[in-house]
Order: sequence, then structure tokens, then C-alpha cells
Amino acid sequence: MESQNPQRFTFNFPAYWKFFDIGLQNTFVYRWNFLLRSVFGIVPLIGTVFLWQAVFASSSGPIAGYEYSSMIFYFLLTVFVDQLITPTEDEWQIAAEIRDGKISAYLIKPMNFLGYRIALYLSYRLLYIGVVIVPIVILAWVFREHLHFPEHGITWLAFAVSTAMAAGIQFLICYSLAMIAFWVLEVSTIIFILYSFEYFLSGHVFPLDIMPAWLQGFLHWSPFTYEIFFPVQVCMERVAGRALIEGLCIQAGWLLLTYVAARVLWLRGVRKYQAVGG
Amino acid sequence: MRRYLEIYWLMVRNSLIREMNFKANFILWMVVELLWFAGQIVFLEVLFMHTDRIGDWSKWECVLLAGTHQITSQLFQAFFYVNLAELPDLVRTGRLDLFLVLPVDAQFAVSTRRFGFNSIINALVGVAIVVFSLFQLRVTPHLHQIGLYGVAIGFGVAVHYAVLFFLATVAFWIVRAQGLIYGYYNVFNIARYPDVVFRGAFRIIFSYLIPVILVANVPTRTLARAFEAPWVGLAQLAGATLFILLASRAFWQFALRRYSSASS
Repeated sequence: MESQNPQRFTFNFPAYWKFFDIGLQNTFVYRWNFLLRSVFGIVPLIGTVFLWQAVFASSSGPIAGYEYSSMIFYFLLTVFVDQLITPTEDEWQIAAEIRDGKISAYLIKPMNFLGYRIALYLSYRLLYIGVVIVPIVILAWVFREHLHFPEHGITWLAFAVSTAMAAGIQFLICYSLAMIAFWVLEVSTIIFILYSFEYFLSGHVFPLDIMPAWLQGFLHWSPFTYEIFFPVQVCMERVAGRALIEGLCIQAGWLLLTYVAARVLWLRGVRKYQAVGG
Repeated sequence: MRRYLEIYWLMVRNSLIREMNFKANFILWMVVELLWFAGQIVFLEVLFMHTDRIGDWSKWECVLLAGTHQITSQLFQAFFYVNLAELPDLVRTGRLDLFLVLPVDAQFAVSTRRFGFNSIINALVGVAIVVFSLFQLRVTPHLHQIGLYGVAIGFGVAVHYAVLFFLATVAFWIVRAQGLIYGYYNVFNIARYPDVVFRGAFRIIFSYLIPVILVANVPTRTLARAFEAPWVGLAQLAGATLFILLASRAFWQFALRRYSSASS
């Protein structure tokens, strides 16, 4: 599959704005899907709250620096960041487009596929959060006594930067995984294997700092930590000063690495691409 | 009844032949499920580093609960999961018509098309964990306890079935139903927690209306807690299972009456 030069990054803002708009319109059809997702998503959260209530009732004192209240706040923030940035279907869609030969249509257009997918991702996320903001606000009100907003103004900025980088890492990992579809027909198992590591190591199930000490070194450098756990720690002001700067640097490093992986896999994949059924 | 058994046997044979054509995938799916289960055990391990009881449940009772949930959910996956998860697709594309004209009950036809063998192996891993936990608890269950445990697991599989069947049926009204499948996983997420942690309206809803809390807890109590009379829990589970099975069937029949096929 040879074409003029589809990989050249032509920054054509109106075009990407159009993709964003298409994404919005496509996704709006699925607003019910969004609402269901977020409503059902509340069930495990409430289960988690009950579980930790029982754990704190039988243990004396804080657990790894978490009081009951800050533990609840941790899980609320985790759910919020997760809903805000975690790609829901992007990797499946991209993999399907490659498998079914649909990307041929994109290759002959003067645009950048990664840029196109990023525009779609952003529009999905925006609409998604637009729908689920209602249950999130209700949840925040129900648990209002456990909310501890940052004391320092600079924390908000660090939280925003860190969340944006986490979004980038999550999206680029999904995108890179989908690229495997150039070589393997059935990528869902590979996606699920990575997803199961992500689920436990990004802080969904419990805060990573309650894990045993010998694992902390690994967790400090693991990319999964920077997908959700780190931004949440920033917002809770559990990292500050040098540790904060260092964390942001590691996060930026992972962002760069995942970007390079996404680009390299795409370039190699396209070279191998046979346009099955196209 | 015999006819249904014969049809089912043919479906099972068919599934095995189909799965054996994709051996690598077969094994990878097993790995995925095992990773998830290992994650649950690690979670309990980490949790019990910081406490020695959840309510009045000890660590190994909780592990036994996780193992029981594994058995129930994997048996459900083996028999029904794929079929129900594909139901929304059948509705969306109109292929459901093919099942409606078959000379068997339509619910039976859409629920039993395929059988997942890898899940049976994962269920056996759950059995191993349950046996290991019993060993750690120094509990030797009586034969009748094991029998009741099996019966309770059967009810549990039926509850899994009814919940996902109900959710999949909503697809008659909603175009894209991934959110519904996701809902199944979310709702059953709480099945692995000891029932004592839940309180209030949440506990009532998920014990009677959608008896997710009972699914793994009742069999676990039957097996590990000989000092408790099992009958109350079992009766509650049986009643709730019957209710949700009938409710999901009624909902399905209601949906079918409104169904007008797609694109034809």
C-alpha cells in the first residue's frame, strides 16, 4: 500500500476539528450506552465503600496513611479520573478498522491517522463526560463529607497536567495495542491480558501504596502507575515537592515512549498492510 | 425434554470442533481469566496485610468465597455467556429471525448455541482454591454439605444467567448494548465480598431483587460454616433465583412481542 506521503504530519486544524465534530455526532447515538455504563459503574464503587468501611471498623488506626475518609476520597477520585480519560472502545475500533481493511480509505487521504484518532478520542471523552457528569455530581454530593479539595492552588495545575499526560499514555497504549492487528488477526486476548495488569496496577482496586514495600520500587517506575494512581495522588496532595517533579518527569518519559511506540508500530504496520477485503 | 437434550449435545459437539480450530486463542482466553482470578487473590492478600477480619470473616473464608465465585461465574461462562453476550448483535442485525422460526423455544435456542470449554478448566481452578482454603481453615465438610454446596452453585449459575439475559434483552430498545454487558460485570463485582459488609437499601436490593450478594455467599456459608443452619440462606437463594428467572423470561417475551426485525 503506497501513497503520496500519508505519514507526514500536516497540521490542518479545520480538518481535525471536523473529525472531532464527526466523533461527537457518531457518539451521540450511543448516549444510552454511556449512561448505562456510568450508572452500572456506581455499583462496584458502593461495594468498595462498604468493604473498606468493614475493613476500617476492624483495624485500628489508618492504613498506610489513609484514614477511612481519605480512602473513600481516593476511590471517588479514581472513578472520576477513570471516567474522564480511559478510552472505552478506541482500541477495538482501530483494530477492527485494520482487520477489515477499512484503513485503506484513510491512507489515501492527506491526513494523519494518529491525529484523526486523537480527535475522535477527545470528542468521545467530551461527550462521555457530558453525559456522566450527572451521576458524578450526585455521587460527589452523597459523599460530600469525604471530599478534601487541594489546599494549594498549584496542586490544581499539577493535577491537570498529570491527568492530561495520563490520558495521553492511556490512549497511546490502546493505539499501540490496536496496531498489533496488522500482524495478528485476533487481538482481543492480547488487549485483555494487558488490561488485567492495568486494572490491578493502575490503582483501580486499591491504592498502590498499601502494597508491600518490596513492590514499591517496581510500582515507582511502572507505566500503569501513571495511568490513574499518580494523578489521584497529586490531587490528594500525597506527593509534593521533589517527589512531585520526579513523578511528572517519569510520566512525561512514559508519554514519550508510548508515542514513539505508537509511531513505530504504525509505520511498520502500514508497510506490511495488505488491505484485506479492501 | 429429550429432544432439547439431543439438540444441546449437538451444540456442545459443534462448539468443541469450532474451538479446536483456534487452539492458541483457546489457551490465551484461559490465561486472561486466570490472570483476573489471580488478581482477586492478590487483592485479598494485600487487604489482609492490613486487617485480620472483614466483619467476622477470616482471610481464608474470603479466599473460599472468591473461589466459589470463580466456580459459579466460570460455569455460567461455559454454558451461557457467549450466547447471551451476542444476543444484542442478533437483534441489531435481524439475525434473530433465524432463531425465532426454529421449532424449539426461542429462549432455549438463543441461550445454548455455543459452549465454552476453557471456562470449565477455569472453574476447576476455582475448585482447587476452594479445597485449599478448606484445608487452611481445617474444615472437613460433610457429604450433605458438599451436596448442598453443589445445589447452591446451581442456583448461582441461574442467577448469573437471569441477570445477563435480562440485560441483553434491553438491547431490543437500545442500539448499542456494550454498556449492558459491562453492567453485568459491574453488578457481579460485588458478589465476591462477604455479605456482612453490606447494609441498608443496597443490601436489600442486591439480596432480594437482584440476588447478587447471595450467589457466592450462600454456598460458601453452607460449606465452611457448619455451625450455621444453611436452610435460611438456601431458601432465600432459591426463592430469589426463581423470581429473577421468571422475571427475565417475562421481560424477554414482552420484548419479543414488540420485535419487528431489522432491515428486512
